[in-house]
Amino acid sequence: MENALSQTLVDETQGNQQLTFILSGEEYGVDILQVQEVKSWTATTPIPGTPDYVLGVINLRGTIVPVIDLRVRFGADSVSFNNETVIIVVRVNCAVGNRTVGMVADAISEVYDLNSEDVKPPPDFGTTVSIHYVRSLVSMPNGMVILLDVDKLISESIFGVIDQQTDSIEVSHVDTTH
Amino acid sequence: MNDTNDFADIHEIFLEECAENLDVLEAGLLELKTGVTDLDLLNNIFRAAHSIKGGAATFGFIPISEFTHHMETLLDEMRNENLQPSSESGHILLSCVDVLRAMMEESSGGVAVEQANIEKHINQLKQIGIGVTQNEARTTSKLSAEASTEVSTELAQVGAFQRVWSIRFKPKPHLLETGNDPLNLFQELEKLGALTVKAKTGKVPDIEMIDPHQCFIHWELKLIGEVSEDQIAEVFDWVEFDCELEIKAEDGIRELNSDIETINAKVQASQLMPGTSTKENEGKEDEVANSATVTVEAPSSKQAKPNPEAGSIRVSTHKIDQLIDLVGELVITQSMLRRFGEEASEVDQEALRDSVSELLRNTRQLQESVMMIRMLPISFCFARFPRLVHDMSAKLGKKINLEMVGENTEVDKTVLEKISDPLVHLVRNALDHGIESPNDRLAAGKNQTGTITLKAFHEGANVVLQIIDDGAGLNRTRILAKAIEKGIVSESEELTDEQIDQLIFKPGFSTAEAVSDVSGRGVGMDVVRRNIVQLSGRVDVKSVPGQGSILTISLPLTLAILEGQLIRVGNQIFIISLLSIIETVSVDHSLVNNIAGDADVYRLRGEHIPIIHLSDYAELPADRPGADRLLVIVEGEGQRVGILVDELLGQQQVVIKSLEKNFRAVPGVTGATILGDGTVALIIDTPGLLKKYLSGDWQIKSLLSAKKRPFSDDFVVNGHN
Repeated sequence: MENALSQTLVDETQGNQQLTFILSGEEYGVDILQVQEVKSWTATTPIPGTPDYVLGVINLRGTIVPVIDLRVRFGADSVSFNNETVIIVVRVNCAVGNRTVGMVADAISEVYDLNSEDVKPPPDFGTTVSIHYVRSLVSMPNGMVILLDVDKLISESIFGVIDQQTDSIEVSHVDTTH
Repeated sequence: MNDTNDFADIHEIFLEECAENLDVLEAGLLELKTGVTDLDLLNNIFRAAHSIKGGAATFGFIPISEFTHHMETLLDEMRNENLQPSSESGHILLSCVDVLRAMMEESSGGVAVEQANIEKHINQLKQIGIGVTQNEARTTSKLSAEASTEVSTELAQVGAFQRVWSIRFKPKPHLLETGNDPLNLFQELEKLGALTVKAKTGKVPDIEMIDPHQCFIHWELKLIGEVSEDQIAEVFDWVEFDCELEIKAEDGIRELNSDIETINAKVQASQLMPGTSTKENEGKEDEVANSATVTVEAPSSKQAKPNPEAGSIRVSTHKIDQLIDLVGELVITQSMLRRFGEEASEVDQEALRDSVSELLRNTRQLQESVMMIRMLPISFCFARFPRLVHDMSAKLGKKINLEMVGENTEVDKTVLEKISDPLVHLVRNALDHGIESPNDRLAAGKNQTGTITLKAFHEGANVVLQIIDDGAGLNRTRILAKAIEKGIVSESEELTDEQIDQLIFKPGFSTAEAVSDVSGRGVGMDVVRRNIVQLSGRVDVKSVPGQGSILTISLPLTLAILEGQLIRVGNQIFIISLLSIIETVSVDHSLVNNIAGDADVYRLRGEHIPIIHLSDYAELPADRPGADRLLVIVEGEGQRVGILVDELLGQQQVVIKSLEKNFRAVPGVTGATILGDGTVALIIDTPGLLKKYLSGDWQIKSLLSAKKRPFSDDFVVNGHN
């Protein structure tokens, strides 16, 4: 896949290296500094009482890591997982602390070094994912890449409940006194 | 590491040491007896305050340093015997300790302390101090008058107010490694007066064996000047624990002072109450009569600090946790190996099995040793109670004696932290409700002073804590009446004494007539029990009316590992804590009843036990509809429940891994573990599961999703679903 690498400058201070992945035919990007690793799909242990997009947890070298199905999260239907399916393990910053979480994607795409000029603000409409999680859009020769705000995305996937109709976020109070 | 991190670390270290010093300060103040000048004790207290002041100033906590300075001034007067400890000064100083604690919390991001409060305390300290200065002025003038008649020739040459001090400074070999240089110390001394220094090199080893990092020289110094002993001691403050220091007065004045001190002491002795104080005083008189030598060495074991000085180091809990994680991994790896061992061929199997057994043994031992590192003596927790009892008995107007037994009993650090608050609540209850007022006690033929005993000991794999009081015991009539009033029990129910006692653990229960800020809000005991159950522990009460009560808390020695029973529901494996399992029965369909179409109950030897379909909770299809399934009877928070499962798998030690670390708390689940095959299994939280069941959460869901439950098909009583 051709990329704009040769034409853009690396701006490390802005953290503009993005790892992109394919999901439902769209290309999304996450800041590579937040990506801990990419692993192939493994079966998860489901957790009772969680939304559909929370597939469950996996054992990542001794740590329990939750896995989120991004397709379902973004409102698409879930598909069966094949050997292209990957789990992208990211390290995000939630209000309550840092979390290591896995996101299921159809396939990994590229690593792009972005020039700040290429990065445009999100439009009012036209993407399958809630505008809430889109940091910006980048025009690439092969099409548009949607840069995600994973901190917000993951945070709210764990703690919040999305009202699909109004696209508003309702944070649930998890009863920890059991 | 960047600068802000460094500063934060130092900040934290200072606050930790400050907290320790505050504990020493407080413990010392509590020990002070009115009218008695216990020099050792006062010096300890003074040094603690001094350390706080110095540390605070060094690290830029100026308000704390200034506030402590006022306390220090007062304490100085006390240890110089210009002021006798009184209950008033003790009370104010203890109150100042509280203010200091609040100021420290403020600098850790806590609530700000009101300036008015700080100033009020400073004024109170000053008020006490005013009386002293007047005294001091009189004593000093008296001294100087006498000094001029009894002075030696040397002194005459030296001048009326000049002192002659001989100082013996023997640093410990590692002194230089602490960054302190004797030269700097001596230069400081020179500023105080004329200094002569004699180095003693007798202990310096031969040149081949010398370690340049170590110090083997000790010094004898002579200082002449208008200098007090305190000023000299202050110079050596930083090296206090790294050397032996002797400051001796070589002039006549000190001897005179000691005569005056002897007289003072005799006067005090005659004023004091009979008993312990006179004994202390006699010892002190001897001390005072000798020349006033001050030997500063490593802190004596008399200090109330629970930390054993010899051979210990501070280790961050992060390192320990890492170590424990690694050992946990080892346990998992070893169970993986065990599986291989079982599946290996006949020939290799024996050898492999032996090696694996050996590994198992070694791992268990390693695990136990590592767990021990996290263990701390319960005294850390008990330490706050003398103060609590002291304050509260004063507030309640009761006379209460606190005894603590088994303070060295060790408990896991997390358990220690989490058991603190419940213990405080229970002790407060004993103080408030248990022990009667002095008059009531006398009327009952008891000693006016009540006793509360805190006891800790190991029993099997548990640590047991007991709060024993010799008070009035539980008032069963009142408890029963209140329970009926709140609808917790019906009037017609017949309850045994023990059952009535258990009522105090019900939510919303309290027989206190008035809600004091001490207890009585009725949210206490059930929260206490819940906290203890969360630690996988149990709490129980035994009471004899008129004689007192015993509250017993039983806790597991370690929290990170669980004896687990593996169970299967559908294609998922769950773990239930072995401790909570009472028994497992194969379901006899004839004993199942359905109630109101929703709940299934099982008749077990006369008791009706609710059945929780774990498949419903786990949102899994039931295994073999209508087939024989197993009911695991568990106990959680005093209630028995049957958990319906498909199959019982093995039992094993399970390492508890946190779900909350990367996800969040899940109702019904306490954590997760990694099985021998590397997959994750969830650990059931029995009380949590029960609560969820009772709140009808998934019941409703399963009705809506029309999941078929095997029994309801066969044994529906009300014809539903």
